Parts: sequence; structure tokens; C-alpha cells
Amino acid sequence: MEALQFTSLLVAATLRISVPYVFAAVGGFYSERAGVINIALEGMLLCGGFACVAVAHAAEGAGMGGAAAAWLGVAAAVASGAGLGALHALVCVRFGANQIVSGLGINLFAAGLTKLLLSLLFGSSANSARIGGIPNLEIPGLADWSLTRVLFCTPLVWLAILVVVVSHRVARRSVFGLRLHAVGENPEAARSLGVSVLRMRWTGVLLSGGIAALGGAWLALEQHQFTAGMSSGRGFIALAALVFGKWTPRGAAVACLLFGCAEALQIQLQAGSFGIPAQFLQMLPYVVTMIALAGVIGRSRAPAALGQPLQP
Amino acid sequence: MILAEIEETRFGRALRSIAGPLLAIVLALGAGALLVLALGSNPVEVYGRLLDAIFGSAYGFGQVLFKATTLIGTGLSVAVAFRAGLFNIGAEGQMVLAGLVSASFATLLGDTWPAVVAAPLVLLVAAMTGALWATIPAVLRAYLGVHEVINTIMLNFVAFALASWILVEKLALFESVHTAEIPLAARLPRLEGFVPAFRGAPLNLALAVQLLLCVACFLALWRTRWGYEVRATGLSETAARSAGIPVRRRMVQAMAVSGALAGMSAANFVQGYKYYFEEGFSAEAGFKGIAVALLGGTHPLGIVPAALFFGALDRGGFVINALVPKEFVDILQAMVILLVIVVAGRTAFARRSGRAARRHAQEA
Repeated sequence: MEALQFTSLLVAATLRISVPYVFAAVGGFYSERAGVINIALEGMLLCGGFACVAVAHAAEGAGMGGAAAAWLGVAAAVASGAGLGALHALVCVRFGANQIVSGLGINLFAAGLTKLLLSLLFGSSANSARIGGIPNLEIPGLADWSLTRVLFCTPLVWLAILVVVVSHRVARRSVFGLRLHAVGENPEAARSLGVSVLRMRWTGVLLSGGIAALGGAWLALEQHQFTAGMSSGRGFIALAALVFGKWTPRGAAVACLLFGCAEALQIQLQAGSFGIPAQFLQMLPYVVTMIALAGVIGRSRAPAALGQPLQP
Repeated sequence: MILAEIEETRFGRALRSIAGPLLAIVLALGAGALLVLALGSNPVEVYGRLLDAIFGSAYGFGQVLFKATTLIGTGLSVAVAFRAGLFNIGAEGQMVLAGLVSASFATLLGDTWPAVVAAPLVLLVAAMTGALWATIPAVLRAYLGVHEVINTIMLNFVAFALASWILVEKLALFESVHTAEIPLAARLPRLEGFVPAFRGAPLNLALAVQLLLCVACFLALWRTRWGYEVRATGLSETAARSAGIPVRRRMVQAMAVSGALAGMSAANFVQGYKYYFEEGFSAEAGFKGIAVALLGGTHPLGIVPAALFFGALDRGGFVINALVPKEFVDILQAMVILLVIVVAGRTAFARRSGRAARRHAQEA
């Protein structure tokens, strides 16, 4: 019984931890499939979290209910993420500048901007005021058990699953998905067939920002507030998950669950205190990521034109 | 564009490589002024205070030089790796581990050796630590093909956790977050002893060390066969391989040098300022090194002015805090990065794409 309890808690925790990774990784998919490296996922998470809290807090102040305000915050998160995506696209699609550096610059920009706005709006350099958040659905029978509660009663978890399923179909079956693929593999050939490479890349990067920012909104809504630097490297792990998942939405989502499981295990073990220092458990997801990448590489092939600006 | 036309002479190239970063800085400061206005402050007043903090006194300038010293080291580190075609985003972690290991080594060494031996020895240990840590992602990249960007980022987090564990469990003094002070022999002398005007500023001999390293890197990269092979690897791996250059070995070596440089950046704080290792001592210098390297055109001699600029902004954050939140400086730095790759990126980063393509089009 105890083992069942442990497993159930572990799976539930894995799901909760994986949600921001999944959003960020699927976001990364749209950008990288189009041939644009997206290190800026980290900043998009951060920006999404802040926009969500700032707008939700303002809406609550205007007399809106907690849940409605939170959903408005989620919409704001998507918009802010797309805004950062637009900046990334401007720098490296429009101007063809180095995509890795652009991503790093945007991460720095997002970290600075959220801290600046944090101190302006909430008068603190560490955390925001508290917001209500999106309540779980009270479905009888399902809401009682931690695993089914996470899986069936949490709206943003549904959204995460939906995003993966839809992205998977988009990638495989839709004209848009195939064009995105073509643009990332061989932009010259795509262009010769009348596909606007620049427009596809812009779309990919904007989608990337909007979806990744949902992960930031999840983080902020889970904690009912924004704290400075709360993305804490998740964007980078999501990027690794994307590589591990061979640049497909489904593969990336599975990789996210794997990394999420490593982290959940860390928390569970820490609670159990088996005498392993906390810092070693903190390293776990990063070490797992490195080993996973070293093992999978060769079987995972990047889009051929990844990182290369389009020649005019 | 005018810039493209004056490109071909040697003087023109030099002018162009300076014009780009300068234009980026001017544009960033302009955008920053708009941001200050939006925040309801006066840009003239903010920038005035910034300038005053930098040039207003020898003490202030000493502080800028002190901050620039670390940034020269990390900027150089990123630049050397970049010349080999590698992104070292792990300078931060390499620097943190090197700081910890060199501080504990210095304590073990004690006062048995004279300063002329002890101080360089501690610096060497810092270099070796950084080099070892950087070798991990380099080997994974060169021999397994795993992109070094992700691995260097991952290793940063591992390094932070490792350093935190060693510090908390083994080395930290009671109820503190730093190690014991290193012995006198391992310390680098303060420059205020030679230049009284710098009194109070923690400027120390690490500045001279970093400047020497700049010159050494320039000579190594542009005046030796090894440097030629490293740069060839960075420009085109396939071309370098077919020319018989041991591409993988050069990658790993360049990354090790890069790590060593990042490691030695820790000396400014550990051996020259506080004389101990403490958590967070790096103040993100490793990450800022990426911006410094970029602004400096990934050239050892361009890095010095770039580090001065970023060092000045770091120092400026403290003094403008009364007018606008100090994070304004972070945003300014981010804008410089984005603008420099848009404006000047064509000289250093988009070599293969932008300029080569244009020249090719002209010739055709």
C-alpha cells in the first residue's frame, strides 16, 4: 500500500513538474523546426510568469473574480511570450543575426525587465503580491486521489496535453507543419516552391514564444505569485528535452516527463532523507540531461538549416 | 551601405570593426533614454550620474577597472572558444569552481612558500580547475557531437550545486557562507599601494595579469601555427579537417584554454579582493563575458574596451538606483548585446553568411 502511495505521489509530482517543460519544449519545437535556435525559452517562461501575475493582479484589483483574472493573466502571458518571440524574430530572422546570442540577450532582457517591473509594480525586488489562481475542478471521485486530480481536474494540464496532441498532428499532417519542416531543412528549396521562408520563420518563433510563456504562467499560478528568476533554468532543460525528443512534439513531451520524473524523484528522496546531500539531488536533472543527450545523439538529427539565417 | 564600401583596406576593416560596436552602444543608450523617460525620470540626469560615477573620481574609476578586470578574463574566455567555433556559456560555472578550488588550495598551501611562488601557483590551480571543467563539454562535442551550448549550461548548474555542497559541508566558516581567508603569500597586491589615487578601490594586480593574458591570447591565436589551426577549425570544420588539421583535438584544446581563462578570472576576487571564496562571488561575470566578447568583436584587444564599458555599467547600477531601478542597467546591457549582433554582427559573427555572401555576389 505504501509503495502504491509513493508511486501515485511520484507520478502526480512528475506530471506537475513536467507541465512547464512541456509547454517550453513544444514552444521550442515550432521555432527550431523552422530553423531558428531558441535559447530564449528561458526568458519566455520568465516573461510569461510575470505578465500572468501582473495582469491577474490588476484584474483582481478591478474587481474581477480570481479564476477569471487568472485566465486573463494566462492570455497576457501568451501575448508577452509572443512579444519576446517577435523580438527574437526581428533580430535573427529579419536581420539574420546570430540566434544563440540573440537568445542569450533576450534572456538577459527578460530577467532585467521582469525585475524592473517587479519593483515598479509591487515595490519588491524579490516577489509579487499573491493572486488567486485557477482552482482545480471538483469532479467527484477524481478530485480525491492526487494522481487523478492532477490529470483530470487541472485545466492547464489539459491544455498542455492538448498542445502536445495538436502540435503532433500539425507537424505530421498539416500543410503548415510540412512547410515549417521544409523551411528548417532546406530553406532554398522551400522558397523555390513558393513558400515564404521569412513568414514561416516569423510564425514559428511567435508561436514558440506564446506557447513557452504558458509554462511561465503555470509556474506563477502554482505558486500564486511571481518570484524573480522563477524559471530557474527550466527553459534550458526544455531545450535539451527537445533535442532528446528528436525535435518532435511527442518525443519532446516524453523527454520532459523523463526529466520531470528525475526531479520528482529528487523531491521525494529529499523528503525521505536517505542521507544524500540535497545538492547532489539538485544536480540530478542536469546530469540526467547530459547523459541522455550523450546517449541519444547520432540518433537525433537537428533540422539541417538550424542556426543559419536565410541568404537574401 | 557606406560601411560595406570602406571595408576592403586594412584601415577600413579596423574602422568598420570599431564603428559597429560604437553604433550599437549609441543606439542602446538612445533606447535606454526612452526607457528612462517612460519610467518618469530625466535621462540627462541618469546618464550624468552614470558618467560622474565612472569618471568623477579616481576611486570611482578604480572601481570600474576592478569590475572590468574580471570581465576581461571571462570575455577572453568566451572569445577564445568562439574562435574555435564553440560557444562557452559555461564560463560562469568554470569560474565558480575555480574560485572554490583555488581558495581551498591556497589555504592548504599556507605560508610555507614565498609570495612569488604561492600566488602564481594558486592562479595555476584556478586555471587548471576551469580547464578541466570545460574539457567535459568539449570532449562531448568533439567526439560525440553533443552541442556544447546545452552541456555548458547544464554544467553551470552542476557546478553551482557542487560548489554549494563543498562549501556548506566542508569549508565554510561557522555561520558564514565563505571559506577561511587565504594566506598572505597567495594574495595579489592592491594597486593603491603603487597609485595612491586609487585608495579604497579594490583594484589589484589581477588587472595586469588579465592584460598580459590578452596579449598572450592575441599572440597565440594570430602568431602561432596552433592559433591558425584553431581559427581555421572555427571558420570551417570541414575545410580544416581536409587540410589535415586535427579538428577535434584543437576544439578540446581551445575549450580547455577558454576554461583556464574563465578560471583565472576568479583571482580578481579570491586572490585580490576578499581573499576568500563566497557563494555568488562571480556576480554573473561568466555570463557577462559573452556580451563582452561580442562587443569586443571576439578579439583579445577589442575585449579590453568592451570590458571597461560593461564594468562601467555594472558600477553605474549602484549610483542610479535612486533615480531608476538598478535593473535598468541589465536591460541596457541586453540591448547592447542585441544591437551589437544586428549592427556589428556582420564583422565577427556572420562572417560566413553576411559578408562572404556579399563579396561572392560582387565577384560574380
